[in-house]
Amino acid sequence: MKALLETLISPGSFDIIINIGFIFGKIVIVVSVVMLAVALAPYFERKVIGHMQVRMGPMRVGPHGILQPIADALKLFFKEDIIPAESDKVIFFIAPVITMFGAMTSLAVIPWWKSFAVADINIGILFIFAMSSVGAYGIVMAGWASNSKFSFLGGLRASAQIISYEVAMGMSLVGVMLLSGSLNLSEIAAAQAGEGLFFFKNWYIFPQIIAAGVFFLSMLAETNRTPFDMPEAESELVAGYFTEYSGFRFSLFFVGEYIAMFVMAAIGVICFLGGWSGPGPSIVPLQLLWFVLKLCFVMFLFFWIRATVPRYRYDQLMAIGWKVLIPLALLNIVITATLKII
Amino acid sequence: MGKIEEYTVKRDADRTDLKLNMGPQHPATHGVLRLELDLDGEIIRKCTPHIGYLHRGTEKLGEDRTYISALPLTDRLDYIASMNNNIGYCVAVEKLFGIEAPERAKYIRTMCAELGRISSHLLWLATHALDIGAMTVFLYAFRERAMIMEMFEKLTGARLTVSYPRIGGVRNDVTQEFIDRAHAFADEFPTHMEEYETLIDQNRIWLKRTKGIGIITADEAINWGLSGPMIRGSGIAYDIRKHEPYDAYKDVEFEVPIGTEGDVYDRYRVRMIELRQSALIIKQCVEKLPRGAILDPNAPKFTLPPKERVMTDMESLIHQFVLITKGPMTAQEGEVYVATELPKGEFGYYFVSDGSGKPYRMRLRAPSFVHASVLPLMCEGGLIADVIANIGTLDIVLGECDR
Repeated sequence: MKALLETLISPGSFDIIINIGFIFGKIVIVVSVVMLAVALAPYFERKVIGHMQVRMGPMRVGPHGILQPIADALKLFFKEDIIPAESDKVIFFIAPVITMFGAMTSLAVIPWWKSFAVADINIGILFIFAMSSVGAYGIVMAGWASNSKFSFLGGLRASAQIISYEVAMGMSLVGVMLLSGSLNLSEIAAAQAGEGLFFFKNWYIFPQIIAAGVFFLSMLAETNRTPFDMPEAESELVAGYFTEYSGFRFSLFFVGEYIAMFVMAAIGVICFLGGWSGPGPSIVPLQLLWFVLKLCFVMFLFFWIRATVPRYRYDQLMAIGWKVLIPLALLNIVITATLKII
Repeated sequence: MGKIEEYTVKRDADRTDLKLNMGPQHPATHGVLRLELDLDGEIIRKCTPHIGYLHRGTEKLGEDRTYISALPLTDRLDYIASMNNNIGYCVAVEKLFGIEAPERAKYIRTMCAELGRISSHLLWLATHALDIGAMTVFLYAFRERAMIMEMFEKLTGARLTVSYPRIGGVRNDVTQEFIDRAHAFADEFPTHMEEYETLIDQNRIWLKRTKGIGIITADEAINWGLSGPMIRGSGIAYDIRKHEPYDAYKDVEFEVPIGTEGDVYDRYRVRMIELRQSALIIKQCVEKLPRGAILDPNAPKFTLPPKERVMTDMESLIHQFVLITKGPMTAQEGEVYVATELPKGEFGYYFVSDGSGKPYRMRLRAPSFVHASVLPLMCEGGLIADVIANIGTLDIVLGECDR
């Protein structure tokens, strides 16, 4: 306590306050931009899938339905907040908050361009894994607290799925960690920078192609997207763990899910697609542009897959996770480590 | 020591942890089917289908209506393929009265029945694929289904509940435009089929979800009284259109596809081939369509005379009065059972006639009712996700099941 006070009144304390102010500023920017993007992501998804399915997608609210997300959000906010009578109220209330918290906190370590992250910490990847595991708590708590059998089964499926695929995902990134020698997302991205015509020659997707495949599949499972959308398989479990949620609480889950997609897509871009690197001079606006474009591409992949493939069965999903992806990731680690030593 | 034993969990085969009520309001139970599932984890130990949520007493209502006015009731049985229901009803009543539709009407009926079959199979494909998660197939199939709906609308004035056939023929003649559109549709339909098949036919996930699931052997299929694609998927080439041809089916050529394994995938393949065969039948009907009357010469006994004749001609007035109040009075006493091949399977109409204008008893043999009863056989021992695949492959419509 005394030490803290001494630090605060020491000559350098002004810098600390400035720093805190900077971090708050960054948080405000990142959160507001991401929330806007999250509002637009479902619109993007509905448009993409709509055109793939020979229809228009949202068209009524605003020109080409651009205001549809706002209309949806308003509708959700004004919906009655239904709480099941036999539910565990406390857990029912905090479950969506935890999911949202896990997703939002992960945003802190993502470098949007060179040297811009809310917290540029040395264990960035581990931090994101930890936070996505926290999100799984929210899901299993929601499934339990709703006191509905469909929610319960959905919650169980989700937690089993997220835990299994987290292993595969973590292992798939070990190769990247070995190559770059760092867990810091900024350094990983910086290690892939390149110039000129073959700006992409250092991207880890080429030496780590197996890892990239494993990561991409685990990413789909981790964010409960098709073909691994078992927890919320609407044809089986109605809506899975958020069957009993309505209105604002439902929208928390919904937003949390889309932020989780953003975070996973961002990790994919940073670890395999060179982060902010791209053709042209390495200036901040261009860096941001490349990063966002790559992010949009990965998000587009999410939507494309959703429009294309059916859904796996629960046991098949677990079999793929444990019998295919984890061995592949392990193999990749061995190969990468061997090559690194040679 | 006794205490420890008390807390030991026994895992035996019929242990159930959870009773899950799937339906009647559930996205994948195709209407209002309710399944009572006894679960051990996600494994189904016992599956009990409960029906009756859409019971409207069609059989009893039929006893209280004349043969003419009971026709629209049949629209509401299998509302996905109302045309086929109507045709089955008309064929049965025609047999009871000993009349026959003229050739042209038979061809028109056959053509419409096959359009209805395509429409019903497309809805099955759409929902079955959506249940398993292939969302795009759903919308592709609905695109073609809308074309059939529009054709029906042009021909009959209704999209879903058509009430188009009449006892002894059809209500109105087809226009050249309808014939052209039907032919064009039958021509281009196989290319649309390829679009669906690109998405799911060889898709690894689709194969994993459908192969080896819900197996029904040929013996079981016979013992459970299955019909339609359900029995053909198990390898028995039983098709009423082939074995007891009605309407124009004896004059058209088509194959009866059969499966080998009797699993969900085989039934999917059988229905996909049936879709192609139906398109072929439509084409043949268009090309062979004979000229002539569309109503049996005896049919005035079953159809109301035109309004201006009722107002000017005494016989017509009496005729209309009798038809409205008593119904057609020329039925023989006795009973008749006529089965027709509906998209879902064998749909039988059984009439007991006492010679009056209303049936003494109208009994409907609904394939969906029979097929729903085989669900426990397919589901028990499987997973929850397989229940969805199995309901999809049954292709049941609860309106027909509950009647």
